[in-house]
Amino acid sequence: MKEIRVLSPVGMLGYGFPVESFQKGLEKKPHVIAADAGSTDGGPHKLGAGVGIVSKEATKKDLTLMLTAGCENKIPVIIGSAGGSGAEIHLNWTLEIVNEIAKEKNLHFKMALIHAEVEKDYLQKKLAQGKIKPLGPVPELTAKDIEEATRIVAVMGVHSHIKALGMGAEVIIAGRSNDPAMFAALPIKEGYDPGLALHMGKILECGAMASTPGTTSDCMMGYLREDYFIVEPTNPLRKCIPSTVAAHTLYEKSSPLHIIGPEGVVDVTGCKFEQYSERAVKVSGSKLKKSKTINIKLEGASKVSYRTICIAGVRDPIMIKQIDECEKHVRDTVLTYFSNISPEDYSLIFHIYGKNGVMGELEPKKEITSHELCLILEVVAKDQGLANTICAFARSTLMHYSYKGRIATAGNLAFPYAPSDIPTGAVYKFNIHHLVEVDDPDELFSIEMVEV
Amino acid sequence: MTKEVSIVDLVKVIRSKNAGPFELTFDIIFKDKLTYEKVKKSKVITKELIAKLYHIPIEKVLYFVEFDPANAIKATIVRPVDSGSIGETDVYGAQQHAPLLDIKIPYEE
Repeated sequence: MKEIRVLSPVGMLGYGFPVESFQKGLEKKPHVIAADAGSTDGGPHKLGAGVGIVSKEATKKDLTLMLTAGCENKIPVIIGSAGGSGAEIHLNWTLEIVNEIAKEKNLHFKMALIHAEVEKDYLQKKLAQGKIKPLGPVPELTAKDIEEATRIVAVMGVHSHIKALGMGAEVIIAGRSNDPAMFAALPIKEGYDPGLALHMGKILECGAMASTPGTTSDCMMGYLREDYFIVEPTNPLRKCIPSTVAAHTLYEKSSPLHIIGPEGVVDVTGCKFEQYSERAVKVSGSKLKKSKTINIKLEGASKVSYRTICIAGVRDPIMIKQIDECEKHVRDTVLTYFSNISPEDYSLIFHIYGKNGVMGELEPKKEITSHELCLILEVVAKDQGLANTICAFARSTLMHYSYKGRIATAGNLAFPYAPSDIPTGAVYKFNIHHLVEVDDPDELFSIEMVEV
Repeated sequence: MTKEVSIVDLVKVIRSKNAGPFELTFDIIFKDKLTYEKVKKSKVITKELIAKLYHIPIEKVLYFVEFDPANAIKATIVRPVDSGSIGETDVYGAQQHAPLLDIKIPYEE
């Protein structure tokens, strides 16, 4: 029987996984070990500021197990979206860790680095040619957006991973990659059905999340055969059932019926999820509909402002009843006091936990029923100094505001910290979330082979 | 006999999460096929209901899909602000599901 086996040790490189589970996975003799190391989930800050989502120590711990096992057993190891966002700075951060591990463990391998950061001049040309379009509910891209972006990455599909494997890579450290790509690359290269391979990759990329009890911090094994695939957690304490795997198929996707990526659209409308054995689920029927043109997703982040926050509690019931009026007073007073500063240079945001702190404008419950509130005064401004200044003024104004019926005249806020105001640094936004049409993915992703 | 049942008693999962930085997606996964089919037949959960629960115009509900293989109903809306931008309250979008928990289904025993 034709079969290819893929081991996903963990849902996010650096989240950690049990060594015993990993050993059990290795006993199944996987053909590839792969892990996802990035996401846009944590917001635009990682891409914008060039930092990671997990610590260096945690990444090193997970990578040490993977690289050692890969070298010992001659199994390729693929890491995608290296360093959290997969730009050059993230790739280099990961590369340093790989080199440290290789030195400490005396490992030697042929490594491919796949670059995913995009040159601005190239994108400006593509924009001028009308080859860039919005992805989802975002505005059309402008030349200014490209100029203002701190970093821009393109999201690679299996194409570049397959190419690197073809060049003899034993380890691949790839920049920003479509989540299933690392898991689907070798199977597709070996001639397995791409629809099934990508769907299996979508399940594997979160580790053991599609099992019960589900977690990203444990191992999942994928077995791809001619016209179906099987997924099974390697930890005997977990199991896959059809509902957990079907549920994961729709996780984090806009539409459950189609998994969209650079290869095209995987149509899962006709999918069947069946219990295969006690802890394994069989999936069949996923079909890849190739797109006519090659469209690659772009992600860019730009610096928009600087932030200072102040956290404070309110326990006075007379004040809680008038919290909206208190907010209005602070806003009006700030506007008047800083009349020399353009209101466009800063924003004052009240997060009122106990009212609508979690849901903001989406909150359907309008009445406050809590006996205490947590306020976060947030100021974002064009520079850190201005953010600090306005936050301090807003905080002292609220602290001493004499609202109607006030009998607690010592102060209105309970600060858990001194200092009360916390500068948090630069604020970024995703200013590019678009598709670029290319003739060849190699235009965007270059492969560098390194002997380690 | 028909009575109103809280959706919480009919589901295995109700969750919200980012689907990319610009969309928020809701998954309602029912206990079993029978329950799922009954809820589908009741036609209580619709695109219109999602818009109403979140006080948003219906155009902001981008997708509304019944997904039989997972016994699930899924809806995706435009995020109030893009993930992590100024004015954000929930970067991962993981705590925006609460209004769905108030749904009541007329249910035949």
